[in-house]
Amino acid sequence: MKKLLVSPAPHIHGKDSTQGLMRDVIIALSPSLLVSIYFFGFSAIKLAFVGAITCLLVEFAIQKYIIKGKVTVNDYSAALTGLLLALNLPPNSPGWVVFIGAVVAIGVAKMSFGGIGQNLFNPALVGRVFLLVSFPVIMTDWTIPVSWFREGIDASSGATALSIVKEGLSKGMTMDQIFEANNFSYAQMLFSKIGGSVGEVSALALLVGLVYLLIRRVIRPHIPLSIIGSVMVLSGIFWIIDPSHNPDPIFTVLTGGILIGSIFMATDYVTSPMSTKGMIIFGVGIGIITVLIRNFGAYPEGISFAILIMNATVPLLNNYYKPKRFGKEVKNG
Amino acid sequence: MSRTFSIGGIHPHDHKISVNASIEDFPLMDMAYISVSQHLGAPAEPVVAKGDQVKVGQLIAKASGFISANIHSSVSGTVTAVEPLPDISGNLIPHVVIKVEGDDWEESIDRSPEIVKEVKFSPKEIIDIIAKAGIVGLGGAAFPTHIKLSPPPGKKAEYLLINGAECEPYLTSDYRVMLEYPEQMLIGTKIMMMALGVSKAYVGIEENKPKALKLLKKIASKGYKEIKVVSLKKRYPQGGEKQLIDAILHRQVPSMGLPIDVGVVVQNVGTALAVYEAVQKNKPLFDGVVTVTGGCMTEQRNFRLRVGTNFERIMFAIGGFPKDAVKLISGGPMMGKAISRMDAATVKSTSALLLLTEEETRRGEEGNCIRCAKCVEACPMGLEPYLLNRLARAGRTDDLEVNLIQDCIECGCCFYSCPSNIPLLDTIRLAKGQVLKIIRSRPKK
Repeated sequence: MKKLLVSPAPHIHGKDSTQGLMRDVIIALSPSLLVSIYFFGFSAIKLAFVGAITCLLVEFAIQKYIIKGKVTVNDYSAALTGLLLALNLPPNSPGWVVFIGAVVAIGVAKMSFGGIGQNLFNPALVGRVFLLVSFPVIMTDWTIPVSWFREGIDASSGATALSIVKEGLSKGMTMDQIFEANNFSYAQMLFSKIGGSVGEVSALALLVGLVYLLIRRVIRPHIPLSIIGSVMVLSGIFWIIDPSHNPDPIFTVLTGGILIGSIFMATDYVTSPMSTKGMIIFGVGIGIITVLIRNFGAYPEGISFAILIMNATVPLLNNYYKPKRFGKEVKNG
Repeated sequence: MSRTFSIGGIHPHDHKISVNASIEDFPLMDMAYISVSQHLGAPAEPVVAKGDQVKVGQLIAKASGFISANIHSSVSGTVTAVEPLPDISGNLIPHVVIKVEGDDWEESIDRSPEIVKEVKFSPKEIIDIIAKAGIVGLGGAAFPTHIKLSPPPGKKAEYLLINGAECEPYLTSDYRVMLEYPEQMLIGTKIMMMALGVSKAYVGIEENKPKALKLLKKIASKGYKEIKVVSLKKRYPQGGEKQLIDAILHRQVPSMGLPIDVGVVVQNVGTALAVYEAVQKNKPLFDGVVTVTGGCMTEQRNFRLRVGTNFERIMFAIGGFPKDAVKLISGGPMMGKAISRMDAATVKSTSALLLLTEEETRRGEEGNCIRCAKCVEACPMGLEPYLLNRLARAGRTDDLEVNLIQDCIECGCCFYSCPSNIPLLDTIRLAKGQVLKIIRSRPKK
């Protein structure tokens, strides 16, 4: 008699795999990566390469020699963490800085919690914030390295738009004066930034990534939209109250890390809520904290801290905000 | 505009490769193995013994207890044994074994092809005939139909829904019934409406069956105006009772409730045909349309198959067990049951035999939960499968109940969409059984 395979239903499986999803996120990051290579040349390649390879090696070494368990580096999640970390650093960062950041990201923030799926905080952001508080000078040096493609770029200052604004305001200038003095334009922000992290350089490239992630159904739009929306609303309120000393909402969203943070960092599966309601509260929380840090804090940018703070609330959000249950509200149609 | 349910769901490839295979009568077998437990509820009591001569359509086992159903012989011949035999899962169930001799039907059965439109019975008579004919829900659960058509006191049906969604991939038996017995099916629907005393009925059909939609709409608009044929979006599990009611009427059955709690009774297309044949043609339920399909097969078939045909015989009829197939499933790939024994036989509610290859049915290696929330998004009941899985593995039945594990309809959307291949439904199904036991053991208020 023919031997039959017996197992419980369902007998078929969808095409999604952890590996495939992570690969899609890396693909979504590639426009930003290409743009940053265009602007920063070898430096961008170096950062991305060192970040990804270090993360892979650290995860491999810990799984193989410390935990002595299953090695899962081929799920691309470590490589993604490395890339995200690299894209969140100033373009002129030395390689050893990325290396330390990657070791902290994977070794401390991910593997010590139990590896993929177990960590409370976004590994790439933990790595970045660790570097920011440990090496503040390097992490705020926005010098633009020489690119192969763009010659004669002002390799001098390259301060981020946000730090220029923060400094200007503290000197008593108004927003109009700052804009005029620095030649800021929205088109410039959309296509290429004045200065900033490797991956922040073009808002458009990041938005292309968002569209790709949404079309491939890798992420749902709730988190990015609620972050961007709440940032615009809150900064809009400040701007209406005092337009000469507060940046307008569009400037606020297009500068700094709001886009890369809301599209790629806050949507990290492991460290974001499971239900739609939870996702929206999570996003709004990030938006509010970001604007508060930008307007009242010591740092010009606050989205990294905002995401990490909201990461800590995820278990609570999952507990209190359940998905819409079937049959809880009887509608009569 | 097509309608659909409001929460969750997935879009698996539909693989309806057998859609164009017309229904053909399955060649008469040599032996019939008829189980006395083909329905939800108490097994029927055999009323024949070894050596008895039986005819096609003769009662061979009588319903025992409130929830039970009569069983009729699907063949004519001599009873050679009444003995326990394995069912598809290998459980020993009493079977009536009949050696087939000729094809001699009970004289009372009207075998003419004429369509009898006029219904001459009262609601009570209809329910009696359906009970006598041993009709059970052919959508899968095999719940005795006469009980479903007699709502408990205090509950009143407003609508009858006929489930023609056939949202499971591969299956085409309901589709073929709708195409080849459209009017009979609508008369069956009308009969059930009379039995329930409702004035409105809907037939829900997914848009991937445009021919059936068009045909039934045409016939219904001519002579069956009280039956509305509606188009549904293609989405699994649309054919789930609760999802179908939500899709068509925008009413949600409450947790632990039944469709009748929102004034609805749902029946399947195949059941409607069986009701027509029982009431208008005096034919008890002893056969049904069964899709025999699989990507590894050269020919796809839709058979009209007698109850009690064993699987070896069916494989023989399609030219042998396909070389590449490793799994034989009774039903669809999402909710069907893997058959463990080729010597087991079909029952009333068998709607399909699906053959899958190792590659089609392979389960990937399980990884860590990456908390992607795909299972939460997919769950049509609005549950959190990732959480239920974790609680189930920890044996935390109290928390499982708070998180509504008892509402799980076991559709498999969670496991289907899990990128880490976590067998979510396996653990949830086991724990759900425990939790239901605990809930039922509590004293009633």
